[in-house]
Amino acid sequence: MQVVVNGERREVPDGLTVLELLRALSVPGRVAVERNGVVLRQAEHAVVRLGDGDVLEVVTFVGGGA
Amino acid sequence: MDDALVIAGKRFHSRLLLGTGKYPDLPTMKRCHEASGTEMVTVAVRRLDLQARGEASLLHWIDQGRIALLPNTALCYTAEDAVRTCRLARELGMSNWVKLEVLGDERTLFPDVEQTVAAARTLVKEGFVVLPYTSDDLIVARKLEDAGCAAVMPLAAPIGSGLGIRNPHALQLLREAVEVPVIVDAGVGTASDVSVALELGCDGVLLNTAVAAAREPVRMARAMKLAAEAGREAFLAGRIPRRAHGSASSPLEGLLP
Repeated sequence: MQVVVNGERREVPDGLTVLELLRALSVPGRVAVERNGVVLRQAEHAVVRLGDGDVLEVVTFVGGGA
Repeated sequence: MDDALVIAGKRFHSRLLLGTGKYPDLPTMKRCHEASGTEMVTVAVRRLDLQARGEASLLHWIDQGRIALLPNTALCYTAEDAVRTCRLARELGMSNWVKLEVLGDERTLFPDVEQTVAAARTLVKEGFVVLPYTSDDLIVARKLEDAGCAAVMPLAAPIGSGLGIRNPHALQLLREAVEVPVIVDAGVGTASDVSVALELGCDGVLLNTAVAAAREPVRMARAMKLAAEAGREAFLAGRIPRRAHGSASSPLEGLLP
């Protein structure tokens, strides 16, 4: 199946969880994930399974100011 | 004497909030945070770069035992975008504190206060501790306080402009109009701006560029710390009234004939 991660289309195995996707992408450290416009709780990463066509945003903290 | 800044029940001994952007490098940023004595720094939320490998993490350079993170919604232009960013930040940061910033104009980076108030109402309902960037309009500040914001953060001048305190009178009126802490956010250019803000009775100052882009950032961070201490002390000490004419400070009696 296909999902879109941070604007890029990717082929992933059926039934992949969010956490498995993050590991497959070698995502370092802590991130937050939004799936189809809904922000996931950290605890949900291990249990939520991706569906075909899901749109994901993976975000982190960067330097920023006032 | 304990003269802490208290926001939403949390005590801060420094009245300076710093940013984490525009520094020459992360080690310099860390040294600036230390030199300023800050206990809270803003961070932005952005898409993770999935191609980047082994990049130094920002959080590695922030001593979170001493410095709290304040995620911001920088460069959001609608209440909806800002609320979305805050929800992501809460999952990222393990904290419900946010700096709410909803902009309305790309050239001045002035806030869209209507969208800011709307976003603040939503976020407070969702349990966030909201510190909103706003204009120096006391009516808007009151609306933000009524919405349940933990502080209000009026600008002194446009973000990153370094123009200093453009309208001290408006800031003073705003300070008198609300009960929550008032943190001057944006526009600081140099140390005296920090002193003036605190002398006016404002409770804190949030700044980034004035330190990060100074020729010697660490030295400027130290200057900001001293300026904050001086400004706060002067406010507590109580300035003399302004007079139109001279008033001698030596006695007239005993003058030599």
